[in-house]
Amino acid sequence: MARIGVFVCHCGENIGRTVDCARVANELRDLPGVAHSVDYKYMCSDPGQSIVKQAIREKNLDGVIVAACSPHMHEKTFRRAVASEGLNPFLAEMANIREHCSWIHEDREKATDKAIEVCRSIVEKVKHNVPLETIRIPVTKRALVIGAGIAGIQAALDIADGGVEVVVVEKDPSIGGHMSQLSETFPTLDCSQCILTPRMVELYQHPNVKLITYAEVEEVSGYIGNFKVKIRQKARSVDADKCNGCGACAKACPNKKVPSEFDTGLGTRTAIYVPFPQAVPNIPVIDRAACALFRGRAKGLKKEACAKCREACSREAIDYDQQDTFIMQDIGAIVVATGYQLYSIGKDQPAGLTGYGEYGYGTIPDVIDGMQFERLASASGPTGGRIVRPSDGKEPKRIVFLQCIGSRDPAKGIEYCSKICCMYVAKHTMLYKHKVHDGQATVFYMDIRAAGKGYEEFTRRAIEEDGARYIRGRVSRLYRDGEVIKVQAFDTLSGEPILMDADMVVLATAMRPQPGIQLLAQTLSASYDQHGFFNEAHPKLRPVETNTAGIFLAGACQSPRDIPDSVAMASATAAKVLGMFSKDQLEREPTVARVDVSLCAGCFHCERVCPYGAITHLEIRDRKGNLVKVVADVNPGVCQGCGTCQATCPSKSVELSGFTDEQIYAAINALVL
Amino acid sequence: MRIGYYPGCSLHATSREFDESLRATAVALDVELAEIDDWSCCGATSGHATSHLLSVALPARNLALAEEQGMQEVLAPCAACYNRLASASHSLREDAGLEIKIKEILARPFANTVRVRNVMELYRSLIPQITEKSAGRLKGMKVACYYGCLLVRPPGVLAFDDAEQPTSMDEICRATGATSVDWNLKVECCGGAFSLSRTASVIRLGRAILEDARKAGAEALIVACPMCHSNLDFRQSAMTQSGETPMPVLFLSELVGMGLGLSARDMGMKRHFVNTGPIEKRATETAAQVAAEAAAKAAKAAETAAKATAQAGTAPAGKGVA
Repeated sequence: MARIGVFVCHCGENIGRTVDCARVANELRDLPGVAHSVDYKYMCSDPGQSIVKQAIREKNLDGVIVAACSPHMHEKTFRRAVASEGLNPFLAEMANIREHCSWIHEDREKATDKAIEVCRSIVEKVKHNVPLETIRIPVTKRALVIGAGIAGIQAALDIADGGVEVVVVEKDPSIGGHMSQLSETFPTLDCSQCILTPRMVELYQHPNVKLITYAEVEEVSGYIGNFKVKIRQKARSVDADKCNGCGACAKACPNKKVPSEFDTGLGTRTAIYVPFPQAVPNIPVIDRAACALFRGRAKGLKKEACAKCREACSREAIDYDQQDTFIMQDIGAIVVATGYQLYSIGKDQPAGLTGYGEYGYGTIPDVIDGMQFERLASASGPTGGRIVRPSDGKEPKRIVFLQCIGSRDPAKGIEYCSKICCMYVAKHTMLYKHKVHDGQATVFYMDIRAAGKGYEEFTRRAIEEDGARYIRGRVSRLYRDGEVIKVQAFDTLSGEPILMDADMVVLATAMRPQPGIQLLAQTLSASYDQHGFFNEAHPKLRPVETNTAGIFLAGACQSPRDIPDSVAMASATAAKVLGMFSKDQLEREPTVARVDVSLCAGCFHCERVCPYGAITHLEIRDRKGNLVKVVADVNPGVCQGCGTCQATCPSKSVELSGFTDEQIYAAINALVL
Repeated sequence: MRIGYYPGCSLHATSREFDESLRATAVALDVELAEIDDWSCCGATSGHATSHLLSVALPARNLALAEEQGMQEVLAPCAACYNRLASASHSLREDAGLEIKIKEILARPFANTVRVRNVMELYRSLIPQITEKSAGRLKGMKVACYYGCLLVRPPGVLAFDDAEQPTSMDEICRATGATSVDWNLKVECCGGAFSLSRTASVIRLGRAILEDARKAGAEALIVACPMCHSNLDFRQSAMTQSGETPMPVLFLSELVGMGLGLSARDMGMKRHFVNTGPIEKRATETAAQVAAEAAAKAAKAAETAAKATAQAGTAPAGKGVA
């Protein structure tokens, strides 16, 4: 006969108000197999836990039920208490009579009856519980950071400073991300490059960092602590070991008219190029789509159409025949820091959105987006920091900023707020006023969201000191009238329609996740939301982890974020990674699926339904080594204990430890029989 | 092709030429317009300004009749009718409670299966036929396509074209050989039903539209809405300053008809306030020029063919010139 202890908690008033806890304890006491049953005001408190421990000792209990809150809340607490008395912690269970009972019912009598039922059901389950042992898995102490914008750089540096090796993969030829394109940053107006480039160099020179630029993560297999990552090193067409970054090749390149991605199409670059002067590493790459030689090859020319860069290179670093190569790495933890892209209105519309044809972006040259304005305002930009119109190079005397383009617009754009636009538009009006003293900046806004240290003060400064005119309302149309842009709008505070002239219009477009992020998420078996942002494990309590063990997040790949937030998140992620690496072995809950190999017929339905890729194939051989059959096996390091395989298995040969059919049926029978 | 037809009050009254030209092009394009028997008012602006239920019930009655009469699609040329019918159908699909109420009011079977179409959707589906039959007759004529507010909005309900940068009318105009100019105010408001109550506003808005179209080089403004037409055509004398050439305002069906070579008389174009004589003359000229070009091309082709035959005749035997 089992000797089970039942401990009914009042949770102060939370349970006690609706459930007669003393009656629950009394009725449970008479149940076969229950050796002890008491109630107490706060079971999770220190004296409460002592009651549990004492009873285990004195009554020689072999099972414990705490009738209290959700197992999410305190299962760990009580299992720890039980373990301290030498009882296997998995012989203790929670009966949820708070969330599932007292909080949702009003009738005390009926609620008490239900609480008794819930406890009875768990008692029957615990009778079938068996001791389980914590799973220990080895850990490779090397982290991978995907993306080297400010979030990736910060995460990598913090991890590397913690004494752990870090592999950083960046898809572009240089690290730095969007922050390297910015002119000045809010709310202090310090120069973006001045604070970023030292960090870039630090990353490049850090002894614990292996930096792989112009590369992408191709495949990820394995599980927490033991990932195998395949990285595609795209062909630079330049031998990075020989190149000394002198720049002679770019000077020699005859194609100087390629739109520069770094300057958001406002400037040009050569076909062999370094994205920007402070690029790290300072090694050029050949844009094969723009290079005459490669275009000639694509057409089938036998002769080399151009080889000016190779002729100019004194170190023989140019290699036209370089191919993509693959790098394999053993990794323990992965940090995703892929960042964002701006909603590209009029050009590549996100699927399902019809966009903003009324703003003429792409057809009216002086309608630009926020990042283009950053390049115009930047000292390293195509105009050397002069704010001028792309159409005729004249200084705009009337500039209009439109906030929330794409954001907060479920009808035509996306529902969420992009968070950074209110602040960067305020910054833009200030940068503009500091450069065009006799100019007037006008901002059309929905609300000003300036929550952050020094943010509200910053927007007020833009309005009060730098004279930005803020009009609450939406712009319905922009159109050209000769040289000026007509701005047709509505002032929702005064209720007046507005028709005003502008020389230049800047659209604060929404922040969206990087293209291809879904594919990366699938490669990592991590989940993402309907917009493509990575999902955190818990929005409040586990914001930098994903639901897939060993995959962490930093920066705008999780939701729109500004620089301070991204950096804070990156450091938080680094702490998580270092914490994980502080142990030689990782401990996992033993509530994972197990296969009974004698029953398994090898149909692999479980493999198809497993969301985590935890099912592997196991070959069963006889003594002579002949293959008898191939069966499913569960990798306990990957398994998250969801139980989908158990529900799917036609031969009932997969069982989730702690939640076996036997246990679940016993619990159900207690309720229905 | 057979399609249900809901002319609405405008096409029987102020916009009779829209009805006549539409029917004339339908004949030319082998489309049978089956008018809904016993149709009634769609409610228009007055309907939905009075009560939401009324504004759904009135169109629903017409849709139910169409369904009863075996129609899968109904063409509603008037932009207001189209908008009301399509919006009502949409509301009924989205709101189950409303659907039950409306069925009670209608007291007749109604499954909301009829799809509501406007003239742009109809002509767009016929672009290959229009292109073939018009043979570029209006080549060189510059027109400004004016969509107004109702035809393409709201985007959630009327999803056949972009709400802010629509292109379907432009595609149809191009099928006749005409050039649709790039201009700014194609979906601006014309003042709509304020023609009588706030005439000054209608004139201000209409003048902006006409001016921008003129600036873009348009010879005519093309519309597909009786309200736009009455505002821009009937009130144009008040919108135009002395010395400015009047801008003919044509229904899309009239332009397509001209492209197909139909006579202005058959299309009722004499009813316009702005004289359509010059644009009709212009159409005749472009047609003549296109015909002359075609003839010259044909003659040249014949000449080349003759030359080829002559050369083939002198070619050595045994090369397969039978």
